[in-house]
Amino acid sequence: MQPFTSHTAIAVPMLKDDINTDQIAPILHSRSLKEDYKPMLFHRARRREDGSENPDFVLNKPQFRNAGILVTGNNFGAGSSRESAVWSMTANNIRVIVAKSFADIYRENCLQNGVLPIVLVPGAADAFAARVVAVDGAAPFTVDLKTQRISGPGGADIAFDIAAADRMRLLEGLDDIGLTLKYRQEIASWEQRVAAEQPWLQMAQDNRR
Amino acid sequence: MPRTLFDKIWDFHLVGQRADGRDLLYIDRHVLHELHAHHGFTQLEKEQRPVRRPDLTFAVQDHTVATRPGRDDNTNPSGSAFIKAMREGSHRNGIRLFDIDDPEQGISHVVAPEVGLVLPGATHAVPDSHASTVGGIGALAFGCGTTEMTHILATQAMALKRPKRMRAQLDGRLAAHVSAKDVALRLIAELGVAGGRGYAVEYAGSAIAAMPIEQRMTLCNLNIEMGGRSGFIAPDEATFAWLHGRPYAPKGALWDRALAYWRTLASDDEAEFDREVALDCSALEPQITWGTDPSQVVGISGRVPDPAVIDPGRRSAAESAFAYMGLQPGTPLAGLPINRVFIGSCTNSRVPDLEVAAAVVHGRRVAEGVTAMVVPGSSSVKRAAEEAGLDRVFRDAGFFWGESGCSMCAGGNGDRGAPGERCVSTTNRNFENRQGPKVRTHLASPATAAASAIAGRIADVRRLMAGEA
Ligand code: SF4
Repeated sequence: MQPFTSHTAIAVPMLKDDINTDQIAPILHSRSLKEDYKPMLFHRARRREDGSENPDFVLNKPQFRNAGILVTGNNFGAGSSRESAVWSMTANNIRVIVAKSFADIYRENCLQNGVLPIVLVPGAADAFAARVVAVDGAAPFTVDLKTQRISGPGGADIAFDIAAADRMRLLEGLDDIGLTLKYRQEIASWEQRVAAEQPWLQMAQDNRR
Repeated sequence: MPRTLFDKIWDFHLVGQRADGRDLLYIDRHVLHELHAHHGFTQLEKEQRPVRRPDLTFAVQDHTVATRPGRDDNTNPSGSAFIKAMREGSHRNGIRLFDIDDPEQGISHVVAPEVGLVLPGATHAVPDSHASTVGGIGALAFGCGTTEMTHILATQAMALKRPKRMRAQLDGRLAAHVSAKDVALRLIAELGVAGGRGYAVEYAGSAIAAMPIEQRMTLCNLNIEMGGRSGFIAPDEATFAWLHGRPYAPKGALWDRALAYWRTLASDDEAEFDREVALDCSALEPQITWGTDPSQVVGISGRVPDPAVIDPGRRSAAESAFAYMGLQPGTPLAGLPINRVFIGSCTNSRVPDLEVAAAVVHGRRVAEGVTAMVVPGSSSVKRAAEEAGLDRVFRDAGFFWGESGCSMCAGGNGDRGAPGERCVSTTNRNFENRQGPKVRTHLASPATAAASAIAGRIADVRRLMAGEA
């Protein structure tokens, strides 16, 4: 996984609540095993009925075309667990999402892919959103995970909280499987113990065969 | 110390605590589907890592399979690469695959419990948000992303933060024509789409005790629509009877041993929950969504709400829902003309769901101009329904009767509505464009969906059955 230390980019406001993964990365009619996730991001909202670009959609506006920080409301990423809803962010170099809250699975998927999910307390969230709206893509913000600060136009630095474990994982870009395989021994002894105590859990056989 | 059932299952499966503070939880059963499987197989092969427990891993073709009779890999062209890639990967890795032509193929959340793969007190994972459907038989299940799925393939464990505990106490007797779907929709309406976020929810109470296992699964299926991390119901004698004799369930002496253990699976009387909610289900009427998220719900005799009574924080969402759904505040739901009805999905596609719908449809005809579909949740459900003659009832009434799969739930297999169509659907998400671009979805129970197909309008099944409509 690509480590995350700091990210300087234009911040784009999408201040609705409950933006779901069907909106972020819709299931498209034609698809392939080697999907290009870049055009998938908010695919429906980006286009008008005739297939042409919708100039009113925020990510289509010239100042936000290369946005790398997404600022949003409550419960971001609700719905389906599809990871394409995060891969379509990284494909567009959006590596920070600042929300009032995240859906559980979406947040996990962010951490798996080097995307920093920041939750600001309501007051700070609204103040930051106002700054993002005011600057309107004219200047970038910097999100630094080491110092846990957001800095940029329109005011003082904003501190954010993140669980120490999540922070470490992002900073070091840790290989999740590698991290778990350090417990190979514990997993094997769990299996051994349960095979004796509750054998039905350690086997799954079709009794008709 | 008194403990909740959640804590008992979690602690039993705890392998250790990882250096980053996450709990490593052993996963007893892992079920893949074709939209994600190939990513995992490819990734592991690149890293030269084996699948740790192919014998505890299963694969089911469901999201992209066509429903047309006589279907094959290529009937839905956008699915064929995925179907083939999962087939090849499953064979290479020695994983039991419920393939497109398997007599037990179907939606993973329907198939796994039906063949007895899911057991009370076991942990279960699926790269799909509705994994907790199987909580209905007392398993602790987690939906996961693709990377987490790959992690489980390699390690047979999930690295999780321990969720908080919620108990949803559901008491009272459900009225006629009211089912678990209605209970769940009301609960989501009360708690909101994020009300369960961060919680493992135990559903309990007299309404649950009286619910058949299939309805318990409907209820746990919808847990994710209020954002719950997992949802489950303590197993009881009805659960054990349901499970007994299923192909992958333990048998003989092993069954007896398992049963003795399963009977201990309950929250202790004094156990504390981080949050408790309650709902009296006796007064509940059939419920239906009017908007574009599963919490925008009213009773079938209700009206599209007035923005003035909507919580200010939810008002703008409601207003965009009015526009998308083509509805005015104050409009009664019952009587709205519809174009389409879909009965199916991991929420409501098991045999009893189809029986309820067939009882409504029996001897009647789908209204002119309405396209109505029934898609059984598994090939086993389909067979059982056909043996009971339900397919005839549906077909005679003018329903399409399909091969099993996810179908119109998310439109992943090409089954979808046309722009602007109003659809009553037994699925779980009424998000914009989910069932096709600009399709207007109203979520409801199989009974309400069936009654609406007959009426050609959103209908109150109680009135239809009383001969009043
Ligand atoms: S039926 Fe729908 S919700 Fe269920 S697994 Fe399939 S696509 Fe997902």
